[in-house]
Parts: sequence; structure tokens; C-alpha cells
Amino acid sequence: MAEARGVLVIGEVSAGQLSGTTKEVLAAGRPLAQQAGTGLAVGLVGHNLASAAQEALGAGGDRVYMVDDALLAEVRLELYLAALVELCRTVAPDIILLGRTALGRDLGPRLACRLGVGVLQDCLRVELDGASGRLTATRPVYGGNVLAQARCLATPQVAALRPKAYAPLAPDPARQGEVIAVPVALDATTARVAVVRQVRHDSAGVKLEDATIVIAGGRGLGGPEPFRELQELAGMLGAATGASRAAVDAGWVPGNWQVGLTGKTITPDLYITVGISGASQHMAGCSGAKVIVAINKDAEANIFREARYGVVGDWHIVLPAFMEAIRSLH
Amino acid sequence: MALHIIVTAKQVSDPEMPISAYSIDAAGPRVVTPATFQPVINGFDENALEAALRLKDSQGATITVVSVGGQFALDIMKKALAMGADNLILCQDPLFAHLSDSFVTAQVLSAAIRKIGAFDLILCGRQASDWDNAQVPLMLAELLDVPCLSLAQKVEAADGKVTVEQLVPDGYVVAEAPLPALVTVSNELGAPRYPTMRNIMAANRKRPTLWKATDLALDPALLTSRIELVGLSFPSRTQQCEIIAGADAAEAGRNLALKLREAKLI
Repeated sequence: MAEARGVLVIGEVSAGQLSGTTKEVLAAGRPLAQQAGTGLAVGLVGHNLASAAQEALGAGGDRVYMVDDALLAEVRLELYLAALVELCRTVAPDIILLGRTALGRDLGPRLACRLGVGVLQDCLRVELDGASGRLTATRPVYGGNVLAQARCLATPQVAALRPKAYAPLAPDPARQGEVIAVPVALDATTARVAVVRQVRHDSAGVKLEDATIVIAGGRGLGGPEPFRELQELAGMLGAATGASRAAVDAGWVPGNWQVGLTGKTITPDLYITVGISGASQHMAGCSGAKVIVAINKDAEANIFREARYGVVGDWHIVLPAFMEAIRSLH
Repeated sequence: MALHIIVTAKQVSDPEMPISAYSIDAAGPRVVTPATFQPVINGFDENALEAALRLKDSQGATITVVSVGGQFALDIMKKALAMGADNLILCQDPLFAHLSDSFVTAQVLSAAIRKIGAFDLILCGRQASDWDNAQVPLMLAELLDVPCLSLAQKVEAADGKVTVEQLVPDGYVVAEAPLPALVTVSNELGAPRYPTMRNIMAANRKRPTLWKATDLALDPALLTSRIELVGLSFPSRTQQCEIIAGADAAEAGRNLALKLREAKLI
């Protein structure tokens, strides 16, 4: 067993604030550090990180290492990676944890490669193996149809956690800890990728990832028009709207509506699906929903194996009646 | 001068296969799929090939498809040629079967690409539909020390630069990098084309190049997996679905609303 040198969580900061996923990763790292008898370090790269560093301590970190540089004010992967490699050399952790977010998907494998190791990707659970003390993760593969348990054999052991797999700890502002600046001489000319422009879709209404109720449609809706009805229903319930990959690939709704393995991961209290068959690639993005409701005409559809409530029937008839009843209940 | 584009492709089990068809060999451990289901080229890799073919259509390019695996179904992999790729290189060796560590796969691919020689652009599918790691392309870019642009829905190359639309959670970012570069392609790029009959016939006459581990002069130390697969299981499905009925579909819809209200969900 390698000598325990500690657990490092690589955090994300946006607009000066520590990301929600980072707090979840800290919650996952806390018991590992305790079990290994080491501290839980947090690594932050960016600019003006002081308040995020305090947040990281309150969310479970023992010490914060940060590379705070104006060159890191915007995400530029090559500079972020250069800073993170230095930070990892300084901390020399046994275990590195990060979130498999949009940024983490890019950073994790590239950082690990620079450190000469692979990454346990998309982990739902991480623990130390009792016998070997090695980091062991449970993760879905084959579109969520199979769960794999895998273990890191090399050091550092790197795992990227699926967002929302862990709940954050209750913030404790009284927690104190050292904040250590790691000096890194960054060279802006090493960034070879340049952003030309950004095109953001306005997501009017409730944000899909944060919504407590989500209404989503799939291939069964047959075209773009029925999604207006879903939006109307969403308006009545204060819900967000989503879609399956089939509906996005057909061009019926924008890509940022997509729930699933290659789209968004959501954990609403209520997830109402209309005309979604429940392919595993879709379920990978919504299996954290507390209650799934399915409206589908195919009684054999996989979605009924995952749903709590279901109506087997043609949505053309079921949905208007459902909406009418909701209107009268409100 | 026409571009030389390398596309990476993985042979995977058919993701459309019903869940009941999978079984687990605990001794491997590995996922076993019945022989009645043909493997396929990973769908995202077909998107990457489609991106390469669009560049070939618009400005001319030579496309080399390269893959790493233990044992290929040649007819399946030849689809890449039938779609319009010019060359197909299969790095096939028992040593490359069931690689559990993307770092090792990336090492093999980087050795193969160094052997291929000069290239302008590498296009890879965003992830493979079996292990969903989304890791090999990014590591490959690191090992080859080329700029890396992930999750493209559009790829253009001109004047020694690649320009892509990269998907981000709330839209997309237009980014560019000097060639040679590596781009990962997402399904938002659009459906891959069907092979034409003429291309299928031409592909039948072509032979893929086969390279073994010894052809790639790989350092055995680099082939040592740093990640060990310990176990595989099927997730337990305990959910019981309550089917809400009614005299007709409309009443079932109304009853669903009442049920959700009763359960205080709405």
C-alpha cells in the first residue's frame, strides 16, 4: 500500500463562487481522507479566488492550494492544465478527485495523462478498497445497463465523479484552514486554442439542471409542434422542459434540451416523460429523478420499468386531458 | 494541398441491442454479447468520419481510419471505407483486447499515428458507446502534443487552422487552433451518411492494413494497465410502475393528474 499523502479535490470556480459540483466532490472526498488518515486538500485555479477558497473550507476542505492569476480569469484549458500540473506536483496527493462537469470532462483525462495515469470516469461512488487501500469506484457502463467496479493501480489515483452523485455537506462557515498560494509562471503563448465568439441560447424560464419538475418529450411526439404543449404544461407547473436525444437529433428542439448520457444530468423531484421510450442512454441522465412518470403508447417500453407512475396510451389524447385536469386543480 | 485527416474508430457491441441480451462473465470480468448481434463502429466515431467526409467533399482530403482492438470483424470495420475513407488501419493484437485503461489505448493509437506519419487533423468520436469514457481522444492529443478541441458540432479547416463549434451547456463556442490539431465530434454534427453501392463495391476490393503490437515498437511498460476492472454487475431495478388506468385514454390522463396531486408531487 502506497504511503497516504492525502486527497486533493480539484475545484471549479465560476464568477468568484465555488461550483455546486465541487461541494459534492468535497463531500465524497471527506470520508476518503478520514479513512486514509490524511487531510482533504482543495486545488483551485482561476482569478480572484479568495472567497471561493473560504467556501471550499466551509464545504469540507482542510487546506486550499490556489493558482490565482489574471491569465486564468477565463477558462483556457492549456493554461488551466499547466497550473493544475504544478499544483498537483506541489500537493503530491495520493488521490485526485474532480467533477465530471463540462470543464472536468476536458481537464480530467488531460491532467491524468500529464501525470502518467488514467482516470476512473463518471463515478457514482468512490471508496478505499479494504484490502489494498486503493481507490475503487462504481460507475455505469454500456449506457447504464451494467455497473463496473474498477480500481486504480498507479499513483496518483484519479477519479471523476458524476455530478449529483453525492450531496454536498452542510456548509460550516466556522471551519478554518490554511490557504496556500502556489506560484506558477504561466506563458499565455502556450495556449494554442483561441475562442472566436460565444453563442449562448437564452434558456427562458426554469433551468433544466436546477428544476424540481421537468417535462420532457421524445421521438414519440413526432415533430417540433407538440413541444409547445410541453412548454405550456411546464409553465403551469413551474417546470423546465427537456428532450431525449432522438428529438434533438431530429432537430425538433435545441441541443441544450437534451437529457441523457450525452446531454444533461438532472435530479428533479418529478420527471414527466411523454413519448420517450427510456433507452438507457436517456435514463443515464435522469435516473436520479425521485419520481418518473411515463406517458407512452407502448406498454413494453423500457420507460415503464423505471417509472413510478405510467399511462399507456396515445399522448395526443392523454396529454390534453392531463393538462386540462391540472388546470382545474390549480 | 489536400488535408490528411486521421479518424479514430472503435468496434463496439451494438448499443441498440436489448438489455436482456447482455450477460456478464465474472471471471473476466467482462460483458458478453451474443454472437447473433453483430458489432458496429461506435456511432460517435461515425459522426467523426462524417465530419472528415464533409471536409473531403468541400475541399479534398485523404482520410485514414485507424482502430485498436483484440479481434476485428473486418466486414464491420470496412464500412468506414464504404462510407468514403481512403485507408483503414487496424491495430489488431490479443494484447489490445479488453483494454480497461484508456491511457493504454491512447498510447497504442499515438504509436500507430506516429507510424502513419504526417497529418493535418485527427477527428475522434466524443466517446465510445460501450464504456463511455470520453478519455482516449483527449489523452491522444496530449501524447501527440497537438491542440485539442472537444465536442464539435461543426468542423471547418482553412488556411492552416481548424475552426469548430464546440458544444457548451448553454449553447456553443466558436474556437480555432492551428493545424495539426485533434477535434472530438458529437452527434449534433448530424447523421453519418450511408455508403453508396459503388463505394461498397470499391471497399470490398480494398484490404485494411493490419498492425500488431510488434509493428508499433511499443514500450511494454506503457501497455501496463493502471486501472483494474474488479467486477461487473447489473443494476438492481426495484421500481414498480403503477399503471394509471381509466375508461379511455383521456380519463387515464385526468386520473394521472389526480394521482400526482394526491402524492403531493404537483
